[in-house]
Amino acid sequence: MSGPTVLLTDAAPAKAASTRRSALLGGGGRALLGLLLPLLLAGAWEIAVASGFATGRLLPPPSRIGAALWSLAASGELWTHVAATLIRVGLGFAFGAGAGILFGALTATLPPLRWLLDPSLQALRAVPSLAWVPLFILWFGILETPKVALIAVGVFFPVYVGVAGAIASVDRKLVEVGRIFRLSPLALARRILLPAVLPATLTALRTGLGLGFLFVVAAELMGASEGLGYLLVDGQQFSKPDQILAAIISFAVVGKLADTALVTLTSPLVRWQDTARETL
Amino acid sequence: MLSLQSLSKTYADGTRALEAIDLAVPNAEIVALIGGSGCGKTTLLRLVAGLDRPSAGRIALDGEPITGPHPGVGLVFQEPRLLPWLDVAANVGFGVSDLPRRERAERVAHALERVGLAEHAGRWPRELSGGQQQRVSIARAFVANPRVLLLDEPFSALDAFTRKDLHRHLLALWEEVRPTVLIVTHDVSEAVALADRAIVMRPKPGRLDESVALPLRRPRDPAAPASEAATRTILGALDRSLRPRDAARTPELAGGSSF
Ligand SMILES: Nc1ncnc2c1ncn2[C@@H]1O[C@H](COP(=O)(O)OP(=O)(O)O)[C@@H](O)[C@H]1O
Ligand SMILES: [Mg+2]
Repeated sequence: MSGPTVLLTDAAPAKAASTRRSALLGGGGRALLGLLLPLLLAGAWEIAVASGFATGRLLPPPSRIGAALWSLAASGELWTHVAATLIRVGLGFAFGAGAGILFGALTATLPPLRWLLDPSLQALRAVPSLAWVPLFILWFGILETPKVALIAVGVFFPVYVGVAGAIASVDRKLVEVGRIFRLSPLALARRILLPAVLPATLTALRTGLGLGFLFVVAAELMGASEGLGYLLVDGQQFSKPDQILAAIISFAVVGKLADTALVTLTSPLVRWQDTARETL
Repeated sequence: MLSLQSLSKTYADGTRALEAIDLAVPNAEIVALIGGSGCGKTTLLRLVAGLDRPSAGRIALDGEPITGPHPGVGLVFQEPRLLPWLDVAANVGFGVSDLPRRERAERVAHALERVGLAEHAGRWPRELSGGQQQRVSIARAFVANPRVLLLDEPFSALDAFTRKDLHRHLLALWEEVRPTVLIVTHDVSEAVALADRAIVMRPKPGRLDESVALPLRRPRDPAAPASEAATRTILGALDRSLRPRDAARTPELAGGSSF
């Protein structure tokens, strides 16, 4: 009888220690570990350039990139460019996502409309969106309209496909629960269909937003007088790699912030799902 | 009184799921429908619930024809079918959203207490076990105070212990509201534990076969001689239902047999 007891008392502290270790790695520890490699590489490059092993002409060291970012920010120039880019993405996202939700909902709920529209939309989806650029420039000139149009096209398709798919795959069994309790069509849409399609719709919107940032680069590369993409082109033409890298970093930060904002704003709507993810 | 008159259902693909079903269930009676899969048990409940339309015949509740989902008829599906985006209390209150908030909260709390889930009111459905989920779905049906409650193999996915526990909860709720109950099962002991009458179904096309009255006192002891005799009678009826129709004697529903 004493054998197992001894084993138990032995095992308990070991188990506690291992949970402590995994808690450390699970929280901030894991994030720090992920930062280790980029920080090491950046530090090494900094030292290499500072000690003369490399010139850093084509790939400036972190300090020069930081200085470029700082001077752009201090002069206020950076914010003008960020604002221009954000407005384009925002407009394109609003139009593209709005149209995607509208068409997705309509084609998924009205079969005749689906038979009419879906084949054409799927055909258009097969066209790489960047192929529209020349046509958009011919149609809309080179100012804001073709840029917003390109972003909207890029956002539209994932949202359209996501929303239509979400509605089509709503569980018929849950719809029957609504029928048993005699919900009106409107109440059925509000109390069952809407919550059921929300998670997939939000995922589609997130994908759409990501593509919006992808296409804003393309749109701004085709000619712009402001925007983060303009900083890229300008940096290339005047051979300023530090400015290019500063713009790339700004893109990453702004894109990530926009994505985080979307997730944070919408997460209360799918709280019931998040609990599921936590327990996975 | 729930009455079905020459009720038939032939699906679009030609499957004759039910043919000429005649059944009258007095108020507050508990009827168990027993039969193998494919007998048309689910089809029968869906017709009574108004989810599907019969190909022929009529259904009436206290003389009022049922042509679609009806406020007096509740259905507990084979799976719990809880809405994952609502917590347990909101799921239970789903069907009574037109009640004033206070009364709704009271009825939900009472029903949850009845099924022993009062402390789980704020949980998400996926945080519950299968048995607990099915209890929530039974509470959801009871909260609407149905005159007829239909249950489609509600406990078939659960282990024997949980099932017994749920029988107790179901009977407690039934005592309170005293609805007419049609419960589908393929478990003879479940029928003996719950029902006032067991009706055996036979397939292809689905029909009602023998009917066995179960005038046992509640609470019932499955080991009591009366329960064992009832179980044997139902098993015998089930056996006969599996034989070809004309070979067996055909005691139609009318008289039915007691044991
Ligand atoms: N929606 C449907 N379409 C066509 N056939 C169906 C449908 N639902 C059930 N059936 C058929 O009707 C018969 C009875 O089915 P069901 O009522 O589900 O039986 P049970 O619940 O007794 O197992 C079966 O042969 C089944 O295949
Ligand atoms: Mg069935």
